[in-house]
Amino acid sequence: HKSCMSEERRQGQDKGVRPLSLAGHVGFDSLPDQLVNKSICQGFCFNILCIGETGIGKSTLMDTLFNTNFENFESSHFEPQVKLRAQTYDLQESNVRLRLTVVNTVGFGDQMNKQESYQPVVDYIDRQFESYLQEELKIKRSLHNYHDSRVHACLYFISPSGHSLKSLDLVTMKKLDSKVNIIPVIAKADTISKSELHKFKIKIMSELVSNGVQIYQFPLDDETVAKVNTTMNGHLPFAVVGSTEEVSVGNKMVKARQYPWGVVQVENENHCDFVKLREMLICVNMEDLREQTHTRHYELYRRCKLEEMGFKDTDPECKPVSLQQTYEAKRQEFLVELQKREDEMRQMFVQRVKEKEAELKEAERELQSRFEHLKRIHADEKATLEEKKRLLDEDQSSFSKRRAAAQLLQAQSLTANGKKDKDRKK
Amino acid sequence: MLSPPTTCYLLLLQAHRSQRGFFEFPNHGSPQAKGDKTNGSDFGYVGIDAILEQMRRKAMKQGFEFNIMVVGQSGLGKSTLMNTLFKSKVSRKSVQPNPEERIPKTIEIKSISHDIEEKGVRMKLTVIDTPGFGDQINNENCWQPIMKFINDQYEAYLQEEINIDRKKRIPDSRVHCCIYFIPPTGHCLRPLDVEFMRRLSKVVNIVPVIAKADTLTLEERDYFKQTIREELRANGIDVYPQKEFDEDAEDRMINDKIREMIPFAVVGSDQEYQVNGKRILGRKTKWGTIEVENIAHCEFAYLRDLLIRTHMQNIKDITGSIHYETYRVRRLNESNGHFTPHPSDHPLWRNLCNCYPMQMFWFFFFKLPTK
Repeated sequence: HKSCMSEERRQGQDKGVRPLSLAGHVGFDSLPDQLVNKSICQGFCFNILCIGETGIGKSTLMDTLFNTNFENFESSHFEPQVKLRAQTYDLQESNVRLRLTVVNTVGFGDQMNKQESYQPVVDYIDRQFESYLQEELKIKRSLHNYHDSRVHACLYFISPSGHSLKSLDLVTMKKLDSKVNIIPVIAKADTISKSELHKFKIKIMSELVSNGVQIYQFPLDDETVAKVNTTMNGHLPFAVVGSTEEVSVGNKMVKARQYPWGVVQVENENHCDFVKLREMLICVNMEDLREQTHTRHYELYRRCKLEEMGFKDTDPECKPVSLQQTYEAKRQEFLVELQKREDEMRQMFVQRVKEKEAELKEAERELQSRFEHLKRIHADEKATLEEKKRLLDEDQSSFSKRRAAAQLLQAQSLTANGKKDKDRKK
Repeated sequence: MLSPPTTCYLLLLQAHRSQRGFFEFPNHGSPQAKGDKTNGSDFGYVGIDAILEQMRRKAMKQGFEFNIMVVGQSGLGKSTLMNTLFKSKVSRKSVQPNPEERIPKTIEIKSISHDIEEKGVRMKLTVIDTPGFGDQINNENCWQPIMKFINDQYEAYLQEEINIDRKKRIPDSRVHCCIYFIPPTGHCLRPLDVEFMRRLSKVVNIVPVIAKADTLTLEERDYFKQTIREELRANGIDVYPQKEFDEDAEDRMINDKIREMIPFAVVGSDQEYQVNGKRILGRKTKWGTIEVENIAHCEFAYLRDLLIRTHMQNIKDITGSIHYETYRVRRLNESNGHFTPHPSDHPLWRNLCNCYPMQMFWFFFFKLPTK
């Protein structure tokens, strides 16, 4: 912050820069036109986050602000956790194209235990910053094509109790004030009377101050708008009423809410601060909201994130030391990690090899045993066959013996018979 | 409703075509006609277009920066041309108390800044002179000091950009535009011209001009320009406005017209003469007065319109989003190489970067003092 201040002063009296007067029309006064022209072609981005209890009128207010009917879903009161729903729309007015993202909380304030209710909101905002940071740090990046999703304005809807802020409100706003531009609004302001409203606003502002909540202040540094911004800062928080229905008042159709006792006109400044909100949010300070988001909230996020990861800027005095240390430390870390991973992989590899070997050995063993088995069977069969053959041979030999014996016997008996016959004849 | 004085900024601001110059603004886009209702403007005015006025206010408050470099042999009228362009003594010679014209032994880079203001628009103009270019006997590698200077500015910007604690606005000393002075020989480009433009057109926007064009007749001038254009094409030299950076058909149309006219044949002067009852800038000779801003005499007015009135923002954009980014990519890839020679080949590289996102990896090694 301090360095920022001296930078501005320094820029005013740059060494070696001399103011020069021109002897004629050069033509660079068209530069703002050139810049605006480029922006028209590129289009603009604006992201609004609406935080408020279910049914407090967030969607209706957005519809009223932008004169259109965004697709709205009625949420239930039974959400177990706070969620965020983001919807993006492409709007156009004359030649200006706006990519508007409206982020609504779903189920905010409905849980029994609201201690962690703020967390999803903080996480969402941080996610958008992180996403931008990642893009910014890429080697090949395209920032001018990047769809900026960072939250530029946060409308915090305060319940029109008429008394004071709820503790949920204070806790949530305190968590968000260093991350986003907070614009508190009193919702459904037609339920509060004028005198009550005045007291309510004072109470709210004093509670915010005493709790150290930094809400968005409309900027006072540009004379063109300083006066109106100062006035408006005094009207915070804006008491708003939203309506997309039209009622006939006098001879005109105006946006209003019709009650039996009267008609609350949205765009009537005596009835509510809707017009002031639209003025401030859109017509006068939209660009400043975007700039604050980029130069303050995002830079803070970036600085914290990088410091968290161990980066430090070099001090011009002691240049090499801290850097070298950081470098060496990180390098060591990486080398160790590298080594560890390498070892792990090697071990894994060895393990796998062992397993495979075992598998193969097992398979080999199995094959061997099967082979043995088959061999045995084969041998058995062979033995059986041999036995059979032997028996057969035996059979055969005994048969041939018997045959030979029988033949001999027959031959003997023949010769014996012949001799007998011869003997008889004699 | 709000009282009148505070509603002045609610007036619709339309992007108007430049009636003052010969070229239209680039990136014209297609602004829809007023009253054309697309989704969003169903009933009544919201005020989204008031953002144009807000941007304008912011730009006026911040002011602009523009850094222009002039390169060419001595005696080609570089200083005079700068003074003529910006209608004041912006050149180094006008600032130096010592008017001695000495040709330096080596190429020097001398930069001088001025705060100028016109109709509420403030600009910090830096003119970078390169005395000694092309004046040596041996001009080999004369582009090196200039290349180094340009890259040094990119480096300075990059260093600021990667600081943890950054400035709100990074001071922009990057060379947005380099005017290269071609001597009016009437024939063709010299090897020095080709070499210089070939190398530098890759890192900076080059706008070639034919210097002291009052020595060429119209026919000679046209022939010379045609020859130069052909030689540029033959050598693959892309001067501003580069064809590959045309955003859309409308842009291409506007820029094609410009590409058919470059290099502009210019004459500079900071002396005023009386011609037909008017005071105009010119060069008086025995055979007539050359009116600098008369397009029948020379093309100074086209150059001024291109550089200042219509394309200045575009020139800065191309420097920032293309030339600077190219430098950045090269530089960051170099520093990744410190850790391992082939990051993509190493099998563990990707696994390793689970500790930190891969794209932030170069950040570790970047802040080392470079050799």
